[in-house]
Amino acid sequence: MRQEVRLAGFGGQGIILAGYIVGKAAALYDDREAILTQAYGPEARGGACSAELVLDDVPIDYAMLNTPSILVLMSQEAYEKFGKHAEPQTTVIVESDLVEGAPAEWPGIPATRIAEELGTRISANIVMLGFLTAVTRLLSHEAMEESITTSVPARTVELNLRAFAKGYEFGLQRTEVAI
Amino acid sequence: MSENKEDRHVLTGRHFMNGDTACAEGAMAAGCSFFGGYPITPSTEIAERLARRLPEVGGVYIQMEDELASIASVLGASWTGARSMTATSGPGFSLMQENIGLGAFTETPCVIVNVQRGGPSTGLPTLVSQADMMQARWGSHGDYPVVAYCPASCQEMFDLTVLAFNMADRLRTPVFVMADEAIGHMTERVVIPDKSGIEHVVRKRPHAGPMDGLLPYEAEGSMVPPMPRVGRGYRIHVTGLTHDERGYPATDAATHDQLVRRLAGKLTRFAPEIIRIEEVQMEDAEVVLVAYGSTSRSARHAVTILREEGLPVGMLRLITAWPFPGDRIAQLAERGCRFVVPELNLGQMALEVERYARQPTTRVNHAGGQSLTPDQIAEVAREAMTCAREKSWSAITS
Repeated sequence: MRQEVRLAGFGGQGIILAGYIVGKAAALYDDREAILTQAYGPEARGGACSAELVLDDVPIDYAMLNTPSILVLMSQEAYEKFGKHAEPQTTVIVESDLVEGAPAEWPGIPATRIAEELGTRISANIVMLGFLTAVTRLLSHEAMEESITTSVPARTVELNLRAFAKGYEFGLQRTEVAI
Repeated sequence: MSENKEDRHVLTGRHFMNGDTACAEGAMAAGCSFFGGYPITPSTEIAERLARRLPEVGGVYIQMEDELASIASVLGASWTGARSMTATSGPGFSLMQENIGLGAFTETPCVIVNVQRGGPSTGLPTLVSQADMMQARWGSHGDYPVVAYCPASCQEMFDLTVLAFNMADRLRTPVFVMADEAIGHMTERVVIPDKSGIEHVVRKRPHAGPMDGLLPYEAEGSMVPPMPRVGRGYRIHVTGLTHDERGYPATDAATHDQLVRRLAGKLTRFAPEIIRIEEVQMEDAEVVLVAYGSTSRSARHAVTILREEGLPVGMLRLITAWPFPGDRIAQLAERGCRFVVPELNLGQMALEVERYARQPTTRVNHAGGQSLTPDQIAEVAREAMTCAREKSWSAITS
């Protein structure tokens, strides 16, 4: 089944890395096909940024998104741009501290705050991936852990796995959503 | 160091890898030991990767002052015996044209990657286009042959870069990898085989013999002369002027005609080995989509959509754009096929299809900046199918 995922936020949040980790988990560790494309402005930090993924069980021809099955929003700008016009069939997940005005039924997590409690806010993207994995079951827990381990700098593996676990636990506390 | 340096050339394994990075790893696996370039979006990741990787194996990465110098350094490195390359995009490709001609005329093997972005001029730095296809064929002055491959996936960025190096050495000619931004910046699974799984063509060297009397442009009946290495004691002369078999300037009509014809003939003779195409659902196809690069992915999807509707549509994918697989197009035209050519320019390879098919094609074009969607291509192909069956082809091609 073709699944389309868009992760959106601002430059510096690790949006592209988060997309890379999801794609790698699918393509190398969960035996699926995956393509990652990305969009960002000329700014190194602060500008709008999004990672777009297509996952499927068969080889993927067309890499652009039609209607995302999952939308992960990590900034107000991302919400204004993508969230407000989300189709009803799209599961939208938000960084609840950074997005205002999102419908209450959308799964949310204060990923940045949780990351700060763990010691560094830059792992907010990984906290979000833990939450995403628990709430949507998009990919297996094992594949995601493996992908994080092989994608982040060696000295930060332990921290990032803890960030992933925190987000995952937070996600287990709420009802799973169908995707 | 216990680790064998050789091992680090080939990054064997399964990777989730960006297209540009896969191209750089293809170069590494092929044994490229020199990159001279000037970074430009959307090809920068190739330079970035090789700046890190080449020193690991004793290779050389040089960021030159501009693209004119970049391609000159690549040609120079090749004459020392190195497998050498550069990577650029439209504006840089334009600047390189003069020395690309020098490379073609002096029969200097090298690989030039163009990750195409929107042009003309500075155009769309970060967005996709396929508008340099004719420039690749005719960009430098004079008659000279070119080889150009069009990768359509990250895996092909790897595979075709390896092939490009082999073909360059085999034919003693510059070879282009005409990628596009969508493929260069996409990330997909890339499987890199063991070193034993990487083909390596060895450049033909002069037979052992006296170094003074070598004729570096004597083709020995194969049309490809063996290539000496500078610095090994051979007395050779390399010039962009028309030259005789000794390599010395010989600017007379007879020598010129003979040399230019040999260069063209070389590609014609080896064309069957250079040309690679992929045919999708072609057995009973009445309408054929001719596509390449990232656009071929949309075209492939369009074929799936149209086949589900029961329409006999197939795709001929150009893996090799130059030399153009004209014979196959002519064959299909004779079979009664009609052609639809989607591409991210205002109709470049469509001209070539029309030349060999001896009939107009239906074109699907966008000047660049975004991909053509499968639906856009399917819609035109559907209409083409109707017209083909009603024999009213001229209605949609005029």
